[in-house]
Amino acid sequence: MSALFDILASAGLWAAVLRIATPLILATLGALISERAGVLNLGIEGIMTFGAMVGWLAVYNGADLWTGLLVAALGGAMFGLLHSVLTVTLGLSQHVSGLGVTLFASSFAYYVFRLMVPVAGTPPTITPFQPLDIPGLSDLPFFGPAFFTQTAPTYLAIGLAIALAYLIARTPVGLAIRMTGENPHAAEAQGLNPMAIRYGAVIFGSALMGVGGAFLTLSAFNSFFPTMVQGRGWICIALVVFASWKPERALLGAILFALFDAFQLRLQTVLSGVVPYQIFLMIPYLLSIVALAVMARRARVPQALMQPYRRGER
Amino acid sequence: MRFERREHRSTLLVVATPILAVIAALAIAGVLIAAAGAPVFEAYWKILTSAFGSRLSATETLTRASPLILTGLAAAVAFRARLWNIGGEGQFYLGAIAAAAASAHLFAGLPSLLQIPLLFIVGAFAGMVLLLVPLWLRLRFSVDEVVTTLLLNFVALLFVSMLIDGVLKDPAAFGWPQSEAVDAAARLPKLLARSRLHIGLGIAVVIAFLIYFVQTRTVFGVQSRAAGLNPSGAVFAGVPLGRTLVIVAMISGGLAGLAGTIEVLGVKGYVTTDLSPGYGYSGIVVAMLANLNPLGVVLAALFTATMFVGADGMSRSMGIPTYIADVTVALSLLSMLVAVFFTQYRIRR
Repeated sequence: MSALFDILASAGLWAAVLRIATPLILATLGALISERAGVLNLGIEGIMTFGAMVGWLAVYNGADLWTGLLVAALGGAMFGLLHSVLTVTLGLSQHVSGLGVTLFASSFAYYVFRLMVPVAGTPPTITPFQPLDIPGLSDLPFFGPAFFTQTAPTYLAIGLAIALAYLIARTPVGLAIRMTGENPHAAEAQGLNPMAIRYGAVIFGSALMGVGGAFLTLSAFNSFFPTMVQGRGWICIALVVFASWKPERALLGAILFALFDAFQLRLQTVLSGVVPYQIFLMIPYLLSIVALAVMARRARVPQALMQPYRRGER
Repeated sequence: MRFERREHRSTLLVVATPILAVIAALAIAGVLIAAAGAPVFEAYWKILTSAFGSRLSATETLTRASPLILTGLAAAVAFRARLWNIGGEGQFYLGAIAAAAASAHLFAGLPSLLQIPLLFIVGAFAGMVLLLVPLWLRLRFSVDEVVTTLLLNFVALLFVSMLIDGVLKDPAAFGWPQSEAVDAAARLPKLLARSRLHIGLGIAVVIAFLIYFVQTRTVFGVQSRAAGLNPSGAVFAGVPLGRTLVIVAMISGGLAGLAGTIEVLGVKGYVTTDLSPGYGYSGIVVAMLANLNPLGVVLAALFTATMFVGADGMSRSMGIPTYIADVTVALSLLSMLVAVFFTQYRIRR
């Protein structure tokens, strides 16, 4: 038992929690805002992969790190546009279209990567974001190393979650998004353009997914390799349900999830040889499934989620 | 500009749709090949000759198409009833490992004629079980099965990795994580001598016809369609929705599990974690390209296998990344979606 306590009391665990949570926060927010407007975006896994690749590639070719994030956002937005055309304009099945976008975005990312970066024994690396040194806070005992040694994008993600929570709950833009996701016909009757709002939400959300992916290659690691997203996108889709479509709960859910993940990583070293490591690696996925089963009934689903909107058609 | 539902769909349009979609995908992928600085038509010619240019490559393409037909059918059957089974990859691996374990420990020594059918049942059963869990979660807790089946793919692969690195590990494999070899009597007979092509291809094609028959000529076929088109309407008309979905899930998961079983008995003889180059995921594309038609699945699987085998060869000689095959297949899926839309709607100003 004391081994467990030692893990929980180590500053390293909590530093890892925020690091693991950051891409999840960003991508979950992206999925959430698009679902609030009524569009499920299963392109998430591929869009994160593409963002991870294209952001890294930009930095590898000499851009600075923030430009890398911007490029990842634009790359994500591009696939968001594609998903919007398919699901909003044409009204195709959001499930199938999203899977198509995932397959296309990830294979396109691998293709471009292989084309631009020749095969090498050790994968090429870049210099990633460095931990920010916050005067006063970073030097605190325990709290300093635990919470204030993160890189800038982590703080950005947390700030963004709070900003989006405010935007959705308290502003006219948020109201318009919610209305489009609940009842697009009523939104149209109010003089809003549900199509344009859905386009905007999906494209903005996809940009966030791209940035979430890029955090992996520009901050958490320093290189890109295929399959590095490892189902994080699907976990984010589960987190949206867990968060009951609320950004502040998404932030909490992502951190809670990352806590379990960081904890199992450390437990793995303690229990290595006793329990096969694969058991630990299964935990995040099983946890997501359990969270879905517990929350699915209680969560308030946007009423028009996955329903295409066609003007004048009921 | 607006879209108007077509009253009538001509047969010509329906047949031309997948062909146009594939041409559009090849055209877009051609731009990517050109961007890599390679001559486009030569690249496509290389893909075709690498896939069918010799006896060896043609049998290889057909060998690759066999599991794709089965995973494609698994997706097509489920999607028709709007059961979004994206877990084909996990079901494939569970089917493979269950059959490998059963052959090495349970049925070793049984004659082929008895052992192979038994292993088919075991493998299909394993795939079924993995899909019944998400279906139960959907019926009981209304959890979207897309996400749960996707997540279970990762769990299943880790589970297989654990087994072949643990209890089922082959002690003779020099420390590599791979399962014990299946019993010699469990290996599928070859269709052609001196090739990897086995009877799995025949089995897959027969099953495609069987499913076509079930879907078009039986009550269950109508019920599973109704469950997909309009669930509440189907219930109103007396379709037992839960039971129909359970049977659909058993067929779909069973087919994906069977695909894994046939692959391990027919090609490799043992299980590793790279047994499938994404057969489960490609099955989804195959099903969509076929517009969920079981006979179309056979053709779509052949196209997909051609792309993968052909791109391997083309890549070696022209220096284009093999991922061009995945890109083309994904693009075919997207353009097929758009093409199907335009068979149902026309543009009105």
